[in-house]
Amino acid sequence: MRITQGAFSFLPDLSDQQIHEQVQYCIDNNWAVSVEYTDDPHPRNVYWEMWGHPMFDNPDAAAVIFELNECRKQFGDRYIRIIAFDSTPGWESIRLSFIANRPKEEPGFNLEREDVKGRSVRYKISSYSAQKPEGSRY
Amino acid sequence: MEEEVPADKFVEKIDLNNELISSGVAEVLDQLDKELIGLEPVKTRIRETASLLLVERARKSMGLATETPTLHMSFSGNPGTGKTTVALKMADLLHKLGYVRKGHLVSVTRDDLVGQYIGHTAPKTKEILKKAMGGVLFIDEAYYLYRPENERDYGQEAIEILLQVMENNRDDLVVILAGYTGKMAKFFESNPGFRSRIAHHIEFPDYSTDELVNIAETMLENQNYYMTKESTVALKEYVKLRREQPHFANARSIRNALDRARLRHANRVFKTQKGEVGADTLSKIEEEDIRASRVFKGGIDKDLE
Repeated sequence: MRITQGAFSFLPDLSDQQIHEQVQYCIDNNWAVSVEYTDDPHPRNVYWEMWGHPMFDNPDAAAVIFELNECRKQFGDRYIRIIAFDSTPGWESIRLSFIANRPKEEPGFNLEREDVKGRSVRYKISSYSAQKPEGSRY
Repeated sequence: MEEEVPADKFVEKIDLNNELISSGVAEVLDQLDKELIGLEPVKTRIRETASLLLVERARKSMGLATETPTLHMSFSGNPGTGKTTVALKMADLLHKLGYVRKGHLVSVTRDDLVGQYIGHTAPKTKEILKKAMGGVLFIDEAYYLYRPENERDYGQEAIEILLQVMENNRDDLVVILAGYTGKMAKFFESNPGFRSRIAHHIEFPDYSTDELVNIAETMLENQNYYMTKESTVALKEYVKLRREQPHFANARSIRNALDRARLRHANRVFKTQKGEVGADTLSKIEEEDIRASRVFKGGIDKDLE
């Protein structure tokens, strides 16, 4: 099952050229771009591992692509996303986040229904891959 | 990173002269001619490089060339011969020709690239390289990266990363190495990897006395000062004498000399003028402001060298 998180995730995977252009757009807006990765695809897992520091003072997207490729070398079998952090208005927030790399196979989620008080149902999802220990999931 | 042009979209004919003007290259070259005094061999080389790149670009749009030419350069010459200034112009030129995307210049020395302890160098060098991507990385006094006397020096690590990026990310950044002629030659001898990755070696000659006086006049003009005829003559003598003395740094020495002349000028005006002063008095550099220099008495100005 294809994970859809962040922007563009219903589109086919972006090519490097397209990622480059998206990142350049972020940089031109003075957003700090950084690369993050994870092997836990649960939608509530919002804190991914940082790959290096956020890049505050690189005027060109090539630097981000360079880091993305470095990250792919080591964690090519995990999810890698690019996030753009906007600090310009005073509040600090993520403006854009999209997945730039995904594992070859995405086993998807198990949906569990649980009957609780009366006839109400509680739902629980857990990703199949996250049942394995961290680092050996994909 | 550049998108492939489909074969049916290739251009058939290109007017090179038109291209020269529309790309803004002609403007940069004219500016170079106007703003930089002397440096004839350098200007010729830059013109040649610019036409090569222009032709290369035209060939690319016709589908004749596919590889980006090697653009890494080395600038060698004595101190104060305008290497940094030309590097700035070069970045602009390459940007206008579309060989670098942003056209900014990141100027660094050994300290910015080499770390203090094990494991510090690689991230530091990569950080700088990332900053320079899309533009030009200017490494001043590049030979200090390599210290043969200390085999555990971290400079070697920086050199290796540099070489790797220079080769693999040729589309992303252009590296310009700069430094004094003799030391640069030695540096290239001991690092053949650099020599073969650098296509353009540009030699910066020393300025002649007249050129230096010319430069001085331009510098003063930019600051709204001017010299009298006598002070121009004095300055000419000053340059001749200064050249014989140690630590002569071409245009930089002239700039320092002018700063000192302005200091004396201010002092003189302050002492001699009673009451109100006009703009002319405040911007005229007299002969005595220059003649008071220690250079005329056979010594360099110790406090300022």
